[in-house]
Amino acid sequence: MQGWVAPHLAAEFPGLGISWVEVDGRPGRSPKAVDRRLRDLSDRFYGAHAIHMRERPIPWAYRVFFRQIGLDPDRSRTPVEQLALERLQRGGFASRGLPRDALTIATVETGVALRAFDAERLDGALCIRDSAPGESLPGRPGELSRGTLTIADERVPVGLLFGATAEGREVGGGTRRIAIAAVQVEGVPQIAVDEALWMVAATLETA
Amino acid sequence: MGLLQREPVPALHGGNERLARAELRRQIGRLELQLSGLVAEAFPRLDLDAAVPAAGREPRVLGFGDLEAVRDALVARIATARRALSERAQVEARNRELLGRMLAAPEDFKWLRVSRADIGRPGCGHWHSRPRLGPLGMLMGWWQVKVSSGCPLAGRLAAVDQESQGD
Repeated sequence: MQGWVAPHLAAEFPGLGISWVEVDGRPGRSPKAVDRRLRDLSDRFYGAHAIHMRERPIPWAYRVFFRQIGLDPDRSRTPVEQLALERLQRGGFASRGLPRDALTIATVETGVALRAFDAERLDGALCIRDSAPGESLPGRPGELSRGTLTIADERVPVGLLFGATAEGREVGGGTRRIAIAAVQVEGVPQIAVDEALWMVAATLETA
Repeated sequence: MGLLQREPVPALHGGNERLARAELRRQIGRLELQLSGLVAEAFPRLDLDAAVPAAGREPRVLGFGDLEAVRDALVARIATARRALSERAQVEARNRELLGRMLAAPEDFKWLRVSRADIGRPGCGHWHSRPRLGPLGMLMGWWQVKVSSGCPLAGRLAAVDQESQGD
C-alpha cells in the first residue's frame, strides 16, 4: 500500500514516500531458518563493507536526506548504518526475535529504511507529515516542536520520521497483525522498496 | 570549479527561496558523496571524523539558513579531511623512503621497525633491522632486515581457540 506525503513536504523533498504492507503475525523467537540467515549475513559483512557502504547509492541517499532534515548521520545513524555498527560491535547480527530479525535481514540486504507497527492500533493510511501546533507523540512528554517530521496515521503521529515510535503503536506482546512501513527518499528506487517489503513479509509469513 | 568552492545559490526573491533550498540540498548531496569518498579512501589508514553538527535534534524541514550552515560545515569538514589525508600521505612517503634506505643499509638503522601501516599498506607485517646470529651479529656488525610473515592465518587462530577450549 502506498501512503501519502503532505503536499508541501512532497514539493520540498521530491522522491519522499512511504509504503507499507500488513502481515498476520505475532512477535516471538525467530525460527532456525531466520537465525541461520542472520549468521550467513554476518559472515559476509565486514568492517570494510561498513565503511564503503556510505558510498553506495541507497545508504548514501539516506545519509543525504538525514543531513537535509537536520540530522547528522554520524550521530543519529541511518537504519542500515545502525545495523552495520551493531554487527561490528557485537561480531554478528544478534537475533532479537521477530519481527526485528526480518527487518534486519531486509534492511541489510536492500539498504531500505523499515519500521514495524502494530497494524491493529493504526487508524487508516500511513503518511509523512509535519506535526501540527500542540501535537505530541503518544508516550513522550511535551509537545512536538512545530514542523517535526512524523509518520502518522489518519489521526495522530505514530512515530518520528527515523525516530521513536509512539507508545502503543509498536509491536508488542498483544500484536496480532504487523504493519511494515518503508520510508523512501530521493535516490532510492521503488524496486528496492518493494523488494524490502516483500522480504520482510515473506520472512514473517514463513515463520 | 574547485571541489571546495561554494557553488552559487540562486538569489532569494519571493518564490525563488524554494529553488535556493533545492539547490542547497543538491550541494549537500554532492558534498556528502565527497566526504564519504574521503572516509572510505582513508580507511583503514586514518580514522577521519565525518561528523557535522546537526541543525536540531528532531527531523524537520530546514530553512535556507540552516541548509547553508550544513553545506558550509560539510565544506569545512571535507577541507579538514583532505588536509589530514594529504599529511598522512606525506608521512607514508617519508616512511617508504626510510624503508628503502633501511633495506639498502640495515646497519645504519639498528633495531628500526617499519610496519605496513607506516607506509600505507593494508594488512599486518613489518620490516625490522636486526643483527644476524643474535649477539654475535651485534658484535660483528652483521645487520639484516627481517620481514615478518604477516597476519596470522584464520585457520591457525581457530586451532589455537580449539586447543585452549580443550585444555
